[in-house]
Amino acid sequence: MCLGVPGQVTEVWEQDGTRFAMADFGGVRKQICLAYVPDVLVGDYTIVHVGFALTKLDETSALETLELFRSVGLLDEELGVGEAASGPTSVTG
Amino acid sequence: MSDHLDLAGWSCPMPLRDHPQVVMGHGGGGALSSDLVEHLLLPAYGDDGGVLAQLGDAAVLGVGGGRIAMSTDSFVVRPRFFPGGNVGDLAVNGTVNDVAMTGARPLHLAVGMVLEEGLQLAELDLIARTMGAAARRAGVGIVTGDTKVVDSGHGDGVYITTTGIGVLDPGVDLGPHRVRPGDAVIVSGPIGLHGIAVMSVREGLEFGSEIVSDCAPLHGLVAALLASGVDVHMMRDPTRGGVAATLNEIARSSRTGVQIEERAVPVPDDVRAACGFLGLDPLYVANEGKLVAFVAAEHADLALATMQAHERGAGAVRIGTVVDEHPGVVVARTGIGGTRVVDLPLAEQLPRIC
Amino acid sequence: MRYLDEFGDPGLARALLDDIHRTVTRPWALMEVCGGQTHTIIRNGIDQLLPDQVTLIHGPGCPVCVTPLETIDRALEIASRPDVIFCSFGDMLRVPGSGRDLFRVKSDGGDVRVVYSPLDAVRLAQENPDKQVVFFGIGFETTAPANAMTVTMARQLGVGNFSLLVSHVLVPPAITALLESPVRRVQAFLAAGHVCTVMGMSEYEPLVERYHVPIVVTGFEPLDVLQGIRQALLQLEEGRAELENAYPRAVSPEGNPVAQKVVREVFETCDRAWRGIGVIPMSGWRLRPEFADYDAEKRFDVTAITTEESALCRSGEVLQGLIRPVECAAFGKECTPRSPLGAPMVSSEGACAAYYQFRRLESPVTA
Repeated sequence: MCLGVPGQVTEVWEQDGTRFAMADFGGVRKQICLAYVPDVLVGDYTIVHVGFALTKLDETSALETLELFRSVGLLDEELGVGEAASGPTSVTG
Repeated sequence: MSDHLDLAGWSCPMPLRDHPQVVMGHGGGGALSSDLVEHLLLPAYGDDGGVLAQLGDAAVLGVGGGRIAMSTDSFVVRPRFFPGGNVGDLAVNGTVNDVAMTGARPLHLAVGMVLEEGLQLAELDLIARTMGAAARRAGVGIVTGDTKVVDSGHGDGVYITTTGIGVLDPGVDLGPHRVRPGDAVIVSGPIGLHGIAVMSVREGLEFGSEIVSDCAPLHGLVAALLASGVDVHMMRDPTRGGVAATLNEIARSSRTGVQIEERAVPVPDDVRAACGFLGLDPLYVANEGKLVAFVAAEHADLALATMQAHERGAGAVRIGTVVDEHPGVVVARTGIGGTRVVDLPLAEQLPRIC
Repeated sequence: MRYLDEFGDPGLARALLDDIHRTVTRPWALMEVCGGQTHTIIRNGIDQLLPDQVTLIHGPGCPVCVTPLETIDRALEIASRPDVIFCSFGDMLRVPGSGRDLFRVKSDGGDVRVVYSPLDAVRLAQENPDKQVVFFGIGFETTAPANAMTVTMARQLGVGNFSLLVSHVLVPPAITALLESPVRRVQAFLAAGHVCTVMGMSEYEPLVERYHVPIVVTGFEPLDVLQGIRQALLQLEEGRAELENAYPRAVSPEGNPVAQKVVREVFETCDRAWRGIGVIPMSGWRLRPEFADYDAEKRFDVTAITTEESALCRSGEVLQGLIRPVECAAFGKECTPRSPLGAPMVSSEGACAAYYQFRRLESPVTA
């Protein structure tokens, strides 16, 4: 219960005292409400749920997370892990 | 309420026996639609020649020593105008394509229109001229038609029904009966464009995107493929219900299993983004200018080369294989190497928040 | 960094899976709370890629599955009225009420519309001043800020023909109820990432303390879910019980204070019935009395509702992880995705529908 999609803010404006923005979701553009993220500016990425931005995505944290995953991969290599159940052979030949 | 209408065994979110009526899902191209056809229409129409029961998008008929293919379709899309075309384009290309999928050369179209009182003549003119242009592009003639008008409030602007006829060359024999384990499953290009284009302007879901419908006639691509010497077993255009519905229909009617590689399925980035945004699966999104072909295994590469050389098949990709395991079921290997069953959609996909 | 493709990378998925296989030495049962996480699991086939000893129990984190029958029936009644435009998220349209669903109401002539955001419903209200526009405000804490602000905006704009039918449910009381159950199978939880984006993580600390159970706040992309599972399994194997955040790019310990404030202003806690489970005390939010004029329950006097749940349906036990869907006598017979008796067979991430699809693979039927 939380289809929150990352989108990049491309435009911000105010209407009746509330901040709105245009966000780009990988090519799809939709107007969203920024009322809950006063610190989000043009260029920032945000998680949007049913038309409302809920948080600014932290790029540093994202990169660290990916780096963590990569290090798990390196650890697997060192330990010679990788014989875990492999998927079915490719069906496209 | 008719006595002989036995509703046991129908698919329906709610049992129809208490409220036996048509619901929107019956038009979605999925399991509900199948039910309406198989349990109500088929028994009612009767089917001496067994042609109707094949439930192909077109019927192949013996006429005067030769064979023709005949197909009919109704076009009720809302909105009538969408990025990349309008209902007129769909009405011509949709039926041209259904005829072409049998391997026939489309020749003639009949057009029935139901117009709602109050429809602007300028709009009707635009739709009609669109149809004329689309027919010329597809090499077919609009040879007969009918036009009716209904009271304002009873028609949603315009409903168009087109019936197409094409001729089959001797020896062309396509259909589920030819599908075999080992067959290559090929899609002619990127999927999801039409459905997303329409959805992007549908009320309540409007979002800005550059996605335009892929509505186009496929007769030329079909002809090129048949002329190339490829042993084509079956073709279908994945309209309502998307590639998922088409693969399921073919798997069921040919009693084979289908395995596809999700990573191989061509989805444009912006379609993927739109689907992610709405919570939709691209495999279930409608296409109007694509075909899925089942070809003999040894001809897979030739089929791809032939299609890619044609303007309508430039993005052709092999997405899977017919197998003898799990007959009637379509299975996908996911992006991360897992498996999932790609079921026949129940009705039209709805955007979700979950 | 686009925050999407990167978190679905197959090579990194393989790395996480290999590590999970290396880590697990005995059977464990995990529950992912959120329907969105279940969706990712099923969609990507994660459940089959995990070691056999790991059981994923799909939790009640799906508003489709847990919205009380009475609320659905109330929604159906309101949506049937000729002067009403009833707006809902797509998820809810096929959920069975007592005898029908919103799709049926639509085919009977009701004006039922799928919207992407509650703000769309307010706009419809402004554009249709002669109609009553009702928005079906279901969901977990994630959706509450949107619904709350929609109400305050409607008030500010003076939109009088708009109201909200509220049925918010809260995650921590649900987890507590599951942990309190004498037949508790779940050994660790993957908490719902976006719920925590709003509410923060503090509500889960007491649960970890009291019940000595690992709770890992988890995201929704394939790598996020795999990492959440991996962290939970590491804790279990090491005998730890801690609150961890596996979704730090979108979740901070304090959550979103601005959203929490508005939510508290508009909603108050109440007891809530969870379909199939029963009443969980203080597990829901409803509109405060000062917003009664936007409360659809008060605006529409809905009487004469006789709720009738299928006698065969055991969805409550499934949602609590007490039985697997296959253990229900109606599974695959009276109850299938095409003719569901209860909500978990309707929703694409409902546990029963998910099991049904997988079972088709093992013993397929051509019908």
